[in-house]
Amino acid sequence: MDWMKIVAALALIMFIIYLFPRARHMMENSPKGSSSDWMGFVVPILMILLFIMFLIQLV
Amino acid sequence: MDQNYSTIGRSSRTRQAIEINKVLRNTYLLLAMTLLFSGFTAAISMMMNMPPMTYLLSVIGGMVIAMFVLPRFAHSSAGIGIVFLITGLLGFGLGPILSMYASVPNGSNIIMLSLGGTGVIFMGLSAYVLATRKDFSFLGGFLMVGFLLVLVAAVANIFLAIPAMSLMISAVVIMLMSGFILHDTSRIIHGGETNYILATIGLYMTIFNIFISLLQILGIMGGDD
Repeated sequence: MDWMKIVAALALIMFIIYLFPRARHMMENSPKGSSSDWMGFVVPILMILLFIMFLIQLV
Repeated sequence: MDQNYSTIGRSSRTRQAIEINKVLRNTYLLLAMTLLFSGFTAAISMMMNMPPMTYLLSVIGGMVIAMFVLPRFAHSSAGIGIVFLITGLLGFGLGPILSMYASVPNGSNIIMLSLGGTGVIFMGLSAYVLATRKDFSFLGGFLMVGFLLVLVAAVANIFLAIPAMSLMISAVVIMLMSGFILHDTSRIIHGGETNYILATIGLYMTIFNIFISLLQILGIMGGDD
């Protein structure tokens, strides 16, 4: 249904407008991570990617 | 004298640790209850055979309440009722999606794998933060900008309807929501989030988005979408 697509798109655009100032504030005020901090993020994310691939194999 | 300061410092740290543990315990308790309640409202929605537009309307309703109503009541006991209203509404919206998957061959398998996968991802990441006690506050800006970009891509794909792009968006949403679990849990354990109602709704949203995205990925890869 086309009206559903339009409503969904409008809702997402409103959400983007609502979140934009918060995102900008967080970008400006978030502390900077060191390379070891980023590794602590990348490693579990890679594990999750592998886990999703495993789930896909099970379907 | 120094001993007195040291005792006061220790006592203050102990109080803070007790407070953090209380927020964490209340958050997980409320999260478990809201997830069960969502499952209950999803089952009602499936039994009532609600039309597909229910999902869209429930998500919009839930988001509006979460953005504009919840912050006003988050510091009172009414906030708990609002959290149940939001999560019940989102669960109700899931009903038609689950009915659609349940009606296709292998659909129930996809639903169970998505449910189990979401649980493993959430518990794994939470355990990782709680065990390492790493501070993931540096992820805040990166996750928010990534989330905004995904929303822009999702708006475009509503009209383009490219399956590969849907798959890519779902995969990126899972990565971002995983990052939010690390970020939000680390905020709780480092005292950055002291309101368990707001902490619960944040974690609930990540779980909800991971579940929906996993459903979509497994649905597309299973050839049933």
